[in-house]
Amino acid sequence: MSTFSLDEDQRQIKESMESFAADELRPISRDCDEKFEIPPEFLEKTWGLGLTANIIPEEYGGYGFNRSCLNNVIMAEALAHGDLSLSLAAMAPNLFVLPILEMGTDAQKKKYLPTFCDDKYKVGTLAIMEHSISYDPFNVQTKAVLNKDSYVLNGEKCLVPMADQAEYMLVIASTDKGAGAFIVDKNAAGMSLVEKEKNMGLNALPLYSVAFKDCKVPVENCLGGERGIDYTRLLCLSRIGLSATMVGVSQAVLDYSIKYAKERVAFGFPIATRQSIAFMLADAAIEIEGIRSMTWKAAWTADQGEAMNSELLRISYLTKTYAAEQAFKIADYGVSILGGHGLIREHNIELWFRNARAFSMLEGLAMA
Amino acid sequence: MISFKVSDMEKQVADLIHGMAKDIMRPIARYYDEHEHQRPTELEPFRVIMQAGGMGTGRKKKSGEKKEIKVTDDKIGANAMSITGAEELAWGDVGLMLALPGQGLGNAAISAVATDEQYERFGSKYAAMAITEPGCGSDASAVSTTAVLDGDEYVLNGEKIFVTDGDRCEVVVVWATLDKSKGRNAIKSFVVEKGTPGLTVGKLEHKCGIRASDTAVLIFQDCRIPKTNILGDPEIRPEGGFKGVMATFDATRPLVGALALGCARAAYEFTKEALAKEGIEIRYDKPLVKLSAIEKDMLWMEAQLEMMRVIIQKAAWMADNGRPNNLEASMAKAKGGKAGNLIVQKCVEILGPIGYSQRYLLEKWMRDNKVNDIYEGTQQIQMLVIARRILGYGRDMLA
Repeated sequence: MSTFSLDEDQRQIKESMESFAADELRPISRDCDEKFEIPPEFLEKTWGLGLTANIIPEEYGGYGFNRSCLNNVIMAEALAHGDLSLSLAAMAPNLFVLPILEMGTDAQKKKYLPTFCDDKYKVGTLAIMEHSISYDPFNVQTKAVLNKDSYVLNGEKCLVPMADQAEYMLVIASTDKGAGAFIVDKNAAGMSLVEKEKNMGLNALPLYSVAFKDCKVPVENCLGGERGIDYTRLLCLSRIGLSATMVGVSQAVLDYSIKYAKERVAFGFPIATRQSIAFMLADAAIEIEGIRSMTWKAAWTADQGEAMNSELLRISYLTKTYAAEQAFKIADYGVSILGGHGLIREHNIELWFRNARAFSMLEGLAMA
Repeated sequence: MISFKVSDMEKQVADLIHGMAKDIMRPIARYYDEHEHQRPTELEPFRVIMQAGGMGTGRKKKSGEKKEIKVTDDKIGANAMSITGAEELAWGDVGLMLALPGQGLGNAAISAVATDEQYERFGSKYAAMAITEPGCGSDASAVSTTAVLDGDEYVLNGEKIFVTDGDRCEVVVVWATLDKSKGRNAIKSFVVEKGTPGLTVGKLEHKCGIRASDTAVLIFQDCRIPKTNILGDPEIRPEGGFKGVMATFDATRPLVGALALGCARAAYEFTKEALAKEGIEIRYDKPLVKLSAIEKDMLWMEAQLEMMRVIIQKAAWMADNGRPNNLEASMAKAKGGKAGNLIVQKCVEILGPIGYSQRYLLEKWMRDNKVNDIYEGTQQIQMLVIARRILGYGRDMLA
């Protein structure tokens, strides 16, 4: 039977991340969206939290805190409540570090992890999505072909966070043995940034289209070495991480909408006293309660490891798709509750509405 | 701790009840749908199992003095076991589940608020609950049945409708007002034993679904009961009397959510099996553009089931761990009722003539399940409760 209380670590993560999000993310959120950029000071400050170094074991130079999917989703929700783009940027190094920790060979851990224990901000990233309506994460069009002692990558990725600054990029490509993940160095020949993307939302987060043209990657850069990786699990961890950000954004919308609806007077009364408004808020509250618990359940399932592996794909798929549907619905409610004001850029609702539309199509922009 | 582990004990209880639901309830479900008001005698074995499993409304400790409520984290208690059992039973049959002997809503009220002496007298009786009247439903504060103290007795007068188990029960918990002019705080509940002069069972309703469960009209005409049969505080207090009466629902609303979950899961499983026979499989690893419309529907339903389960479990976990769960109990009920019906109705739609035919139970489940969105507070009433809670509003601000 299920229990729902946070342990001491989780309470601390929640509290500290919530206040960081309120103090450091929310105030610059709109400005970053308008300018399509993140101030470097923000990234330095975030680095100081140790989101990455904390989870790296001491033997590789990290702090070796308990790492769990559950702790990660609690962190991700709290940060996303401040701002989605900035939270994804703050967690971006983990897009690279977590897969190395989970699935890397000893040699790969030794080689790459210490880089991320520095005092100086470092970016790692993951390239998984492709620019196609029939994009299928289980059957990506980017190919990796083994040629003697290296893999040759060909294809194009999109929605790659912070590709311009990344020391390393983990690139998902199809091989004759299924999907694999390849560590690509920032100076690798044959890799090029196609463009800095402009999307409907997620403006603050630098997202790039990246092309690979006969990009040679040494065999030892194949994540997991000869045995490769459990790609399904990797994808599930990303879906769970993304679900957590959906909960955070939805909660932000609800909090803002409640406050607005209680202040905004129409026909002599606050609009929150009208059932048409109050029931939207109630529905949002129900669904947030649900998607938060579903996300916890999916994260808990991932934390059980091998024992629950057969259940992981199902639960994280259902959680991600359901949470994405609800998160956008809730953002849409937010705009409706604010009426015309919901579309004015002075209110964050406008930004959250554009950002929340991304959820249903996103893969791989967060990792739990 | 956050955990979704299914313990061995829990699994055993769920398996046992599932087996009985499958072997005892399913085969007789259609018969009692067609023979409304006939009492299902096959259900006796459940009485023992429910008590042994710690389910239903058994009460853990003696009351009398104020119960000390301790806030805990990881306790698995009677609420958690009850929703597990309720889901499996409703998977078997919602109507028959409601007809289980000794599992009336009145039993929940008695174990929640009875004194030791009252519990001694009524605890093991099959207890119905009479709240609704011809003139009031969701607005329970408008109850017009009266209770007047006359010496050592209360005299009850009024008419109650929609009393589940009203015919079969041994005692009935009746909501009545001590003084209509004093509003909701004058509403108290009273235990009336069947056979008390002045209490008659009027007609039995003919219903769309849950036909195995009797729904009765009860008429109270100068019905005299001992003064000691009042549940809770006999005084009219300006503060909080009515809230105490309503608190029973914090325990029973998640349970109704679990009934909707069980019925919806049955419909989903039936539909999935029927589709599998046609060679239609449900895939979890395909992008949107590759999914068929049916697959999308099925995946949507499955996600709804997952969501219902966690939200119901959380409300029950809070109740078991001494945390006020009024908000979460209403969420569980609102979501359970709404999503449960959407699922069952969608399954009927998907299966076309198979869904509509009485050769199968699916059409019955759709009829049965609708009530899970209505009794114990309609979905819309739950939305009001939830909205008031999150807005910090009282009834004066949002009605």
